[in-house]
Amino acid sequence: MCGIIGVLDKRRESVDGVKIKEALSMMNERGSGEGAGYVAYGIYPEYKDYFALHIFFDNIRENKAALDTLLEKWGTIVHDEQIKTYEQPNIRKVHTPWRYFFRPDRSLMPKSTTPDEDIVTHLVMKINAEKNGALIFSSGKNLGVFKAAGWPEDVADFYRIQDYQGYLWLAHNRYPTNTPGWWGGAHPFNLLNWSVVHNGEITSYGTNRRYIESYGYKCTMFTDTEVVAYLVDLLVRKHGLSEKMAVRALAPPFWEDIDRMPPKEQELNRAIRLAYGSALMNGPFAICVANENTLVGFTDRIKLRPLVTGEYGDRLYISSEEAAIRRMEPDVDNITMPKAGEPVIGRVIS
Amino acid sequence: MLTSIRIDAKGLHYTPLNQKIRAAIADGVKEIIIDNVLGQRFIGDGIRGDDVTITLNGVPGGDLAMFMSGPTIVVHGNADHAPGNTMDKGRIFIHGSAGDAVAHSMRGGRVYVRDNIGYRGGIHMKQYMEKRPILVVGGAARAFLGEYMAGGLLIVLGLTGIPPITERGVGSGIHGGEIFVRGPVDNYYLGVGAKQTPATKDEILMINPVIEDFAQVFGIDATPLEASEYTRIAPASTRPFANKYTWE
Amino acid sequence: MTIGSIPLRFKVEIDPDQCMLCGRCVENCSYGVFRKEGDTIRVNSRNCVACHRCSAFCPRDAISIYEKPTDYRSHPVWTREIREAVFNQAKTGKIILAGMGNALPYPIIFDRLVLDACQVTNPSIDPLREPMELRTYLGKKPSSLSLKESADGTVELITKLSPNLQIETPIMVGHMSYGAISLNAQTAIAKAVSRIGTFMGTGEGGLHESLYPYQNNMIVQVASGRFGVDINYLERGAAIEIKIGQGAKPGLGGHLPGEKICADVSRTRMIPEGSDAISPAPHHDIYSIEDLKQLVRSLKEATEWKKPVFVKIAAVHNSAAIAAGIARSSADAVVIDGFRGGTGAAPRVFRDHVGIPVEAAVASVDAKLRQQGIRNKVSIIASGGIRESADVAKIICLGADAVYIGTSALVAMGCRVCGTCYRGQCAWGIATQNPELTKRLDPDVESVHVENLIHGWTLELAELMGAAGINSIESLRGNRDRLRGYMLDEGLLNVLDVKTVGA
Repeated sequence: MCGIIGVLDKRRESVDGVKIKEALSMMNERGSGEGAGYVAYGIYPEYKDYFALHIFFDNIRENKAALDTLLEKWGTIVHDEQIKTYEQPNIRKVHTPWRYFFRPDRSLMPKSTTPDEDIVTHLVMKINAEKNGALIFSSGKNLGVFKAAGWPEDVADFYRIQDYQGYLWLAHNRYPTNTPGWWGGAHPFNLLNWSVVHNGEITSYGTNRRYIESYGYKCTMFTDTEVVAYLVDLLVRKHGLSEKMAVRALAPPFWEDIDRMPPKEQELNRAIRLAYGSALMNGPFAICVANENTLVGFTDRIKLRPLVTGEYGDRLYISSEEAAIRRMEPDVDNITMPKAGEPVIGRVIS
Repeated sequence: MLTSIRIDAKGLHYTPLNQKIRAAIADGVKEIIIDNVLGQRFIGDGIRGDDVTITLNGVPGGDLAMFMSGPTIVVHGNADHAPGNTMDKGRIFIHGSAGDAVAHSMRGGRVYVRDNIGYRGGIHMKQYMEKRPILVVGGAARAFLGEYMAGGLLIVLGLTGIPPITERGVGSGIHGGEIFVRGPVDNYYLGVGAKQTPATKDEILMINPVIEDFAQVFGIDATPLEASEYTRIAPASTRPFANKYTWE
Repeated sequence: MTIGSIPLRFKVEIDPDQCMLCGRCVENCSYGVFRKEGDTIRVNSRNCVACHRCSAFCPRDAISIYEKPTDYRSHPVWTREIREAVFNQAKTGKIILAGMGNALPYPIIFDRLVLDACQVTNPSIDPLREPMELRTYLGKKPSSLSLKESADGTVELITKLSPNLQIETPIMVGHMSYGAISLNAQTAIAKAVSRIGTFMGTGEGGLHESLYPYQNNMIVQVASGRFGVDINYLERGAAIEIKIGQGAKPGLGGHLPGEKICADVSRTRMIPEGSDAISPAPHHDIYSIEDLKQLVRSLKEATEWKKPVFVKIAAVHNSAAIAAGIARSSADAVVIDGFRGGTGAAPRVFRDHVGIPVEAAVASVDAKLRQQGIRNKVSIIASGGIRESADVAKIICLGADAVYIGTSALVAMGCRVCGTCYRGQCAWGIATQNPELTKRLDPDVESVHVENLIHGWTLELAELMGAAGINSIESLRGNRDRLRGYMLDEGLLNVLDVKTVGA
């Protein structure tokens, strides 16, 4: 059981981080204090052309040099600095969060159609699999994940998320189902510009993980949610599906519904299920996925987890509970429950 | 001694809020109005008091009136997950919509939702003799309405501009009780063990008092509702799964 | 004569108090155990094979059959079976033939694997009341799709899909040829699979014309003997399966003893009546992996690429690499027949000592194909000792898309696994061509039994999936995380990619 919330301002106006924190804390009944996290998009305007890598170092003295060396083999470290944190009584600081602004050397992956992304992905998988006291938990451009083991308010205050000006936020209040709370296990999970928050448990994880690993991704975070970020990267970035079709692959219609569709639609949906059967996600889930232009929310096909959407002005809100949305926006409108398995998609205008 | 009090729930956790409610009831208060309700769960869980009315202004959290046995709760706002969960007696009137699992395992009393409900509404409602729970939905319901129904009365009216039933699994596993839907229901949406028949005049007469009561609560005109055609969904057999099992 | 007679395998006794002298045992036994003499039934236990036809038809339960009535001094190394095999070969100097599947007590991996269920952290799904999808497509799948999305939201599929077989349950009936089993037995199975919406294999005995009405549910086999293989045969099958080997006798071809080659079998296979039909060990046009590719493509060309082509191999040590080669040969599915696979006749030494368990083979094939990024090119069909729905669930978790059952389908029709199929005297009318015996098997009645079996297993499989919180079989496939090994050694756990219980 967890609580999730996502907000998109379609005109890229800044959303108040304090309000996100309050909304998330409304759902503390859904969490256990073992993890919370936030991701904000648009927060590094001066470095927006570089990959903002967020790292957890176990020990700066022991682990940083090796990472610097590795990164410099693959590109240029334009700037790096500690992510400022503020001591909180309920957060045990087991890692030192750090940020790098990194420009990959695309000539090092000449055969790739997306060399920058492939280099960064390669580095993330490599470093996280090696477990040498460094863990990359955010790797997109002009965005950053902020997470730790603790309650949402404590994690928010630990990073002072209200100091960040983001137009798209995801936030998550964790109650783990499989592994004890550790900083890496908190949501959001991120790869490149994709971030994911997830409420539920993926019973098909064993199948999904083995499928995604046959494409070179490595699951290293001991948490089923991780696989969603990689599946979306594969389906959307590498295979070129739209977000709507990617969700169709992850939460497809039932065969008995497909059998009743008109022939062309039937063929399409059957093809999606045949090609992407191992990406189908089973189990209860409510998920928000975002990239720099889009916020997507969807649930499992038999609606085992709650999800509510609302709108106000240029803003789209998606959350586990209406009360959480209203905490952020008391005058929110159009409160609806999306249909099981069908995505709600909001996009940036302009 | 006051018979009516007002509580401000702003920033109030559900435990002290419920304590205030119970204290008021114990003091003989009959009317409790609570303002600024926002996400508090478990409001009114397990309380008694047949002549008590609690009005909630705002959006209560999950499990509203769970195990409640007696009072009436009026909500001016949407309800969240499972209002009326395992409720025993009393009434809930929601001037808005509600989430999933509305009236889950309900054993008595009435839940009226003016607008729409989510998935698995009325799941596993049960009844014994005259002790019969009633769920009335003014708008539409999602998949698995009345799943596992063992008793009770469920009515869906389709007044919010969308068809009352558009998803699968209605009455899936139903072995007692009955569901009335205003208008026709596509056979494809019926769940395992459910069968539909056009409601007879007598059957509609039987549910009319409930519809009138519902209409009165929300200030709607009951006349067109009583004159409408209804579909009655009921068990196809009392032992729907007898065919699945055999002894060793 | 120094060896003398070996002890009775079975002792048959009739309880005189119960026996009503109806004589059904005499009529029914096809092995010559019973003889009516005046007012008693005389018993010749030496002829008994424990097929239970007599006791099944005795109205008074008067017949008892005891195994091994005479004790040897027991010995763990010189077992009864070993001693008697030595007697046999001393007398004959020949290869000992046997029927049915592996009879040695190797541990059964299925029985050391346990399945998961949901508790709290996610809900079990109730297959009674909520959708549960067991539908499976067998064949080549695209690894990605080319779609054209237009501004108005319509999406067009550009990629063309390869032909796949659609089955509503992941259970099919495997290849048991006309010759190995009777036409009535094949007909019973054919009726059952066509009602269920699944498939059966023809085996290598061709497709008898009386089964043409069921051809849409037939997978036609092309084995090394090429019996009955003409273009008419290939066109009638819903799919074509190249049999390279079978689990009961890896490295050998099919073996149909002359006893079972009656006039009709002779006609269907185009071989002389009464002569043993021993298929060649390899296909003599497949001596290397690239030759297999040629056969696959020749079959596809001949049938205009309209039918999936499967390749069946016995599970041997290098199955994973072989399967990877098959995946690249244009084939649409790999059938892996484990060392417990059944047979009508195989050399005992092959049946019991050659090949590996299907559990390990499927696990390593699935892993290797994924590792090489080619898992989508073939479906994996597992067979060899699939006894119950739990086996089906477990082998799917280990990576299989579907299973073939053999022995269990025969048992559903009355077979007691006496293992003397090669003699052609099957009292149940299954593994024989003797018309006096085959007429005992009513295809309509027995098709209901086979259908019931598959239906019962399918219901159980749905329950197992639901309990594990899964409502589409794609999410069970290859999901090793839903299995745990119970007293399996570390090496085998690594091959299976399964953790131990408690982990």
